[in-house]
Order: sequence, then structure tokens, then C-alpha cells
Amino acid sequence: MSAPAIELKNITKTFGQIVANKNISLSVDAGEIVALLGENGSGKTTLMNMISGIYFPDEGQIFINGKEVVIKSPKDAFKYGIGMIHQHFKLVELFSAAENIVLGLKEKGKYDIKQVSARVREITEKYGFDIDPDKKIYEMSVSEKQTVEIIKVLYRGANILILDEPTAVLTPHETEKLFAVLRKMKEDGKSIIIITHKLHEVLSISDNVVVLRKGEYIGTVETSQTDEAQLTEMMVGKKIDLNIERSTPENSTDRLVVKGIDFTNHDGVKVLDDISFTARSGEILGIAGIAGSGQKELLEAIAGLQKLDGGEIVYMNPSTGNAEDLRNKTPIQIRDLGVRLSFVPEDRLGMGLVGNMDIIDNMMLRSYKKGNSVFLERKAPKALADKVIEDLEVVTPGPTTPVRRLSGGNVQKVLVGREIAAAPTVLMAAYPVRGLDINSSYAIYNLLNEQKKNGVAVIFVGEDLDVLIELCDRILVLCAGRVTGIIDGPTAKKNEIGLLMTKHTGGNE
Amino acid sequence: MMAKQNKIHEPPFHIVKRPAIAGWKSVLIRAIAIIAALGVSSLVLLILTKKSPLEAMKLVYEASFGVYNKSIDKGFFAQIFTGRKFWAMLQELCMLLVIALAVTPAFKMKYWNLGAQGQVLFGGLCSVAVMFYLNNGFWATHKWLVLVLMLIAAVVGGVIWAVIPALFKARWNTNESLFTLMMNYIAIQLVSCMINVWVPNGSQVMGVVNQNSKIGWMPAMVFPDAWGMHPSAKNYFFNILIVLCLTVVMFVYLRYSKHGYELSVVGESVNTANYIGINVKKVIIRTLVFSGLLCGVSGFLLVSGTDHSITTGLDRGYGFTAIIVAWLAKFNPLMMILTSFLIVFLGKGASDIAMNMGFNESVGDIITGIIIFFIIGCEFFINYRIVKTHREG
Repeated sequence: MSAPAIELKNITKTFGQIVANKNISLSVDAGEIVALLGENGSGKTTLMNMISGIYFPDEGQIFINGKEVVIKSPKDAFKYGIGMIHQHFKLVELFSAAENIVLGLKEKGKYDIKQVSARVREITEKYGFDIDPDKKIYEMSVSEKQTVEIIKVLYRGANILILDEPTAVLTPHETEKLFAVLRKMKEDGKSIIIITHKLHEVLSISDNVVVLRKGEYIGTVETSQTDEAQLTEMMVGKKIDLNIERSTPENSTDRLVVKGIDFTNHDGVKVLDDISFTARSGEILGIAGIAGSGQKELLEAIAGLQKLDGGEIVYMNPSTGNAEDLRNKTPIQIRDLGVRLSFVPEDRLGMGLVGNMDIIDNMMLRSYKKGNSVFLERKAPKALADKVIEDLEVVTPGPTTPVRRLSGGNVQKVLVGREIAAAPTVLMAAYPVRGLDINSSYAIYNLLNEQKKNGVAVIFVGEDLDVLIELCDRILVLCAGRVTGIIDGPTAKKNEIGLLMTKHTGGNE
Repeated sequence: MMAKQNKIHEPPFHIVKRPAIAGWKSVLIRAIAIIAALGVSSLVLLILTKKSPLEAMKLVYEASFGVYNKSIDKGFFAQIFTGRKFWAMLQELCMLLVIALAVTPAFKMKYWNLGAQGQVLFGGLCSVAVMFYLNNGFWATHKWLVLVLMLIAAVVGGVIWAVIPALFKARWNTNESLFTLMMNYIAIQLVSCMINVWVPNGSQVMGVVNQNSKIGWMPAMVFPDAWGMHPSAKNYFFNILIVLCLTVVMFVYLRYSKHGYELSVVGESVNTANYIGINVKKVIIRTLVFSGLLCGVSGFLLVSGTDHSITTGLDRGYGFTAIIVAWLAKFNPLMMILTSFLIVFLGKGASDIAMNMGFNESVGDIITGIIIFFIIGCEFFINYRIVKTHREG
């Protein structure tokens, strides 16, 4: 048997005191797809970054076709036929696909974009890509941009492809298309490493699964010999009940009525187009959609952070029975109306919290203005910080630790804890479990469920359709800034939501 | 495999970010940096002057603390405390410190105010104008009122100069670095212009104002004669006292006031500030009013307590040095006492050496440059460490 296309032996990498990778070994043969599975923070991306020359390992060896190599830079990685497709694309928006593909290549001879286009077409036909090499990047959808990134590495002669969470930005349908292409590349003898934490995808595409946990190598299993339960156990280290409870909403009344809101962003793009829905008390309303379909702007509009072009946002105050118009009010004006609106934004450390401040000062963000004194009052925030740390089991050296030093899950607990402490009547959470391990994710789902039982109107923006279907009472689907459907959670089908997510009512694609 | 290993080239060292560093370690690194800085500057001096580094070190010390004279019947510390050099050093330290305090709230808000020079100059100009015009009749008998008016004028001047760029920043998001920098030139030209108006002989030098009447001069402190204080101590005492009080005020403002909290949030993330409903524009303008106010106060202290006149160099270049002082102290006002001491101590030493050995001021600048390079450079080693790459076959 010939040597594997790429083999890692005992790779170790530390950042400060944190061991990101510890003694990791794996090998991929030609014509094989290996899934690298692990929770966020388990060291998947670090490991791949060492293969692609972004980091340099502290210890260990890398072999390409049986020969030991040293990869010091991305250039070295190219030399050995390694190509990485990052989660965040690195493309020049104003250039065409073909121009982006040859960018940075030092080929001899004349620069001939037509010849490049021809070669790109050759590659696309060979593997069944669906792309026009002359199309400009800014005109492309996310999945087309991803295709360009893949062709870019193939054009450079890559034999080993690494894809970092390629499906995170794709709809179920687009994911299928990508997988079909990957299978063709595999037939062609390419080696593929795919990073993911979605189990069903691992099972459908890979030949072998390598599992990492907290930077350590847990094991390799043949995909055909395993199932979701076993993989989860390897990933988390213990058995986990993957079911989310969903109680039936009680005494639901309308809490937040959104009618026909429009919003145009700085670049003149219409991001929200005639959005209408009602959030009810004691209910979780899910919002599904491809990333960037207007979810962020919708929540920010309700929270008073965006100026709308038109429409109405009406809040039914449960204590007074009044209907209050929230449109184009600032967050302070909204609070002054007695509206208890809590918002867990997508960007935790860039918006919800201040990374360099400690937990106490972050607790104070919502309440520091209280009272007439010119000085700060730190006693109540200290008590709240202690309570959140205890109730939500936040792992931290103490309440005076800057939040940026905490892990993703603990940062999120601090943020959610603060927002819930305000005893909200409406709670909005954007991607609250992104980057969290399974245990923390379930802790967050439980908190949302608890709020629902307390009669709070919960709005939950999620990306994992399985979770949305299990958790939410109703699911609103956004596509390119429009509502393409509102369906009942208990009876929702994944395909149905997937179709609604791409149901373009005009333009694009 | 052993044979193959020889062909592999890999970097012998790599850089690793440190987790939290132990307190004593960071002190040690800084101490090493200062020693290395002194070593390198001694070497430069040795090459230039052929004098021993120890002699040079002694000159640096004496520039700030005076020469110890064994034959006088006075203790070592008493000699320092009553001497001229010590008070002159304190005075310079405080002038640098007060400007550093002025730029701090803006920098903490990540508003890059490079216009302290202009704000101090314009404040000083307003102050000197009051002193120049109100020097007879009624005012001669109400000297304290002149002082108050000078302070008010200086503060108003400083605030105007600081708030113009802040308004543009808040309203149109203009680049504050360029804007404040250009405001400096306007202030410099205004000062030259006014000196021409006030001193019509074309000498471009304004002499000491109210030399005899001392109207608008900071009062001198009265010490018991038995102490034998040098006159500088008396003249500078109130300047120094005021600045030390302001340091404490600024410390409390930044750490314990709502305003201080708001400006830190704006500095860390404008998004967060919007999210919790802080009016960012208001905070920018309010902070720059405060910043300009302190620059005005420094202008006043320089005019009333030190120079009793004005030149385009009133601020002594501290408008920029103050940024280094504030930054090295990580915007902690109490730490700034230390960092401004360091800068003034080394600066005075360097220029004394230069004079003593027959060089011009540039040698002083070279030495100060070397020292600042080491002090700032050592921050890298506090945040990162360098590790030898080791591999096992």
C-alpha cells in the first residue's frame, strides 16, 4: 500500500498556557474524505492552519506522500499541493471569478484572462461546478463565492483540500450540491479534509471521522461503522440527551406587533423589505434564514438601533395595557416607556459586552445610569455578577476577570444572564449558541425555555434548522430581507424551511 | 529518517503570546529595559565624549537632584529638598503631567487628540491677553480677580480649540488626528501674530509681562526662613500643588464617575455604547470639553506660574510627549506621575550632559529617543515571549 497523501504525527501547538493541539496524529489517503469533528475550541482550525502554513507547530511532524516536510508559510503549503478554503472568503469583490483565481500567481508568459477562463471552465466541467468565470464577485451569492475559493485552490494544483466549516453559510440544497462536487473530486483521487460539527453531514459525506476534544486526539472511526450517538459521545466525553423539551404555550397574548417595516442600509441596499409578524408572550418565535438575510438588522431595528424607512413596531405593555409605538426610538427612549426589552446580540464582545472590562462592569452596562449621583454604584452590579456566576455556573477566576479572558460559552452566559436579570417581557437572542459547546448550548436552550414559561415573548435567531424545529413554537423564514413564510414549529419540515430560505421573490441568482 | 532531518530548515525561535504575566516579572523586564537604555546611551556618550559612563550617570542624577555638597551643614535629603534643581524638576514634571492628564480622557475614548499643543497655546494666549490688558488702575488693586479672569480665559480658549474638531468628529465623523494637528498650526500662527501686535518693535519676542507689578502672576508660597528654601520652591509651589490635585481628580473621574465609565465604553466599542443607549456624540463632545479645559489650565499655569509671557514654544513640546506619558501609564493618572518623572528626569539629564560636554541640545534628544525606544520596546516582551523551537523525531 502506498503512503498516505498527508500524514500528521504527534502535532502539538500551544498558545500561552492554552494547549490548542496535543499530540495529534491523523492521515488521509488519496481519494479519501476525512471529517474532522469536534466542538468549537477543540482545536480543529488550529490543526488545519498548521497544515496550510498559517501557524507553525511546536512539536511533531508532517509527511506528504511519505516524505517529511516543513511548512512555514502558505506558500510552502501550495508547493506541497495543499489548499485551504477558509470560513471567511478572501476575494476581491470588484474582480471577476477568473481574475480572483489567478490573483497572486506568478506564472511565466503573458497574462491572458481568456486562457484563464478557459482553464477555469475545464475545471468546472470536470467536477460539476456551476459557475461563470467572468462574473464579478459582488454579484455572486455566498455559495458561488465559496465555489470560486474551491476552484482557486484546484487551479493551483492542490491535491489535498481542507474545507473549514463549508456548510455553515449554505442552505440544505446548496450543501447537497457541494457534497456532489466533493464526491467527484474524491473519485479523481483528491484528498479532502472537511471540518464540521454537524453530525448528519459527517455521516453523509465522509469515509473516516477523526474526533478531537479539548485539543486532544480522541480517535478515528470508519463512518460506516458509527452513528450520531457514538460520535457525540466521543466529541463531548459523555452521553448526552439530544432532545430539547418544548412545552405548549399558555395564555399567549400578542406582545410585539411588527407591521410592514422597511430598512435601507448605508450602501443603499434594501435589507428589510415589508416585514410583518407578531411575537406572542410565552412563546418562542424562531427566525431562520441564510446568514445575512436581514436577521441582524431586524433585531437591531426592534431594539432601537436602526432608523427605519417605514412600517410600525407596536409593543403591547402587559402592565398598563397600552400600545406603544417603538419605531425610530432610541434604546433609552424605549426603556423610558417602560418597555422591558432584552437583546442578546450576535456580536457578543463587540456589542453586548465590553471585552476589556470585568464581569461587574459589564453587569453595570444596563443599569449604571440609575440614580442621580455622578458616581458609579458598584454594589448591586457586584451582587448581580456573583449571582449570575453562581446560577449559570460561569467558569471564571472571579467577578473582576475581564470577560475577554473567558471562554465563548462563559461569555455568553454572562451576557444572557445580564439580559435575563432585567426581567424582560421581550427577549431577543441572535445566534445565542454560536461557538458554544454542546453542554453550554443546552444550558442556553433551557434558559430560553424558562423565560418562555415565565411568559416572556422570546425571539430566537438560529442557524441550525434541527434546533429551530425542536425548540420553537413558530418559525419565521427570512430570505433576502423578506418574510417568505411563518410556519408552526411542531409540524415544520427541514426541506420546507430550506426551500423558503432560498425562495427569491425577485432578482438575485 | 535521521538523514532527512538534516535537510529540513525551520525557524529556530518563535513568538508566543503570554497569558497574564506575574507582577514581578513585568517589573523586572522594565528594569532591564531601563538599564539597557542607560547602557546604550552611555555607550553613545562614550563614543562621542570619551568620558566614563559613571560620570555621565552622575550628571544625569545631578540635573534633577542637584550637587551634594558635603561641606554644608545640611543633610542629604534636606539639600535636595531646598535646592533649585529639585523644584525645577518638579515644576517641569507637573507641567508635563497636567498636559498628559488633559489628553488622557480623549485617548481613553480612542479619540486621537494630537492637538494638545494648540489647545495649550491658545489657552495660554487668551490668558496672556488678559494679563497684558488688565494691568492698571482697578486691576492693580484686585490682582486675584485678574488671576481668576486669566484662568477663565485660558479654559475658554482651550475648550474652543478642543471642541471644534470634536464637533466635526461627532457630526461628520472627520478624522480627528489630522484636524487637531492642523489646529496646532493655526494656534502657533495666532501666537506669532499677537506677539507682533503687542510688541511692535518687530523683535518677535514678548518680554516678561508686569515684571514689577506682578499682576497676573501666580502667588509665591511662604516658607519659614529657617528652612532656607530656594526661591524656585516658593514660585512653583502652587503650580505643583494644583497639578497634584488635578491628578487625583482625574483618577477619581475616570474610575468612579459615570462619565468616566461612559467614555471607556465608547472607547472600547461604539457598537456597545449604541446598544446600551449611550449618546456617543454627546460623550465625545463632553469629553473633549473636559480635555480642552485641562489644556487651558496648563496654558494658564505656564503663563501665570512659570513664563509670565508667551512664545510659540510655550508648551515645550509636551503636547506630544504627554501622549507617551499617558500611554506608558496605561492611562492611569497616578502612574503618570511616575512616567512623567521618568521622561523629565532623563530629558533633563541628557540635556545637562550635552551642555556640560559642549554639545548642543540634539545629543539630549538622541539620548531621550534611545531611552523611549527601550521603554516602549520592552512592552513587547511583557506581552510575548520567545521560545526555542524544539522537536522530537
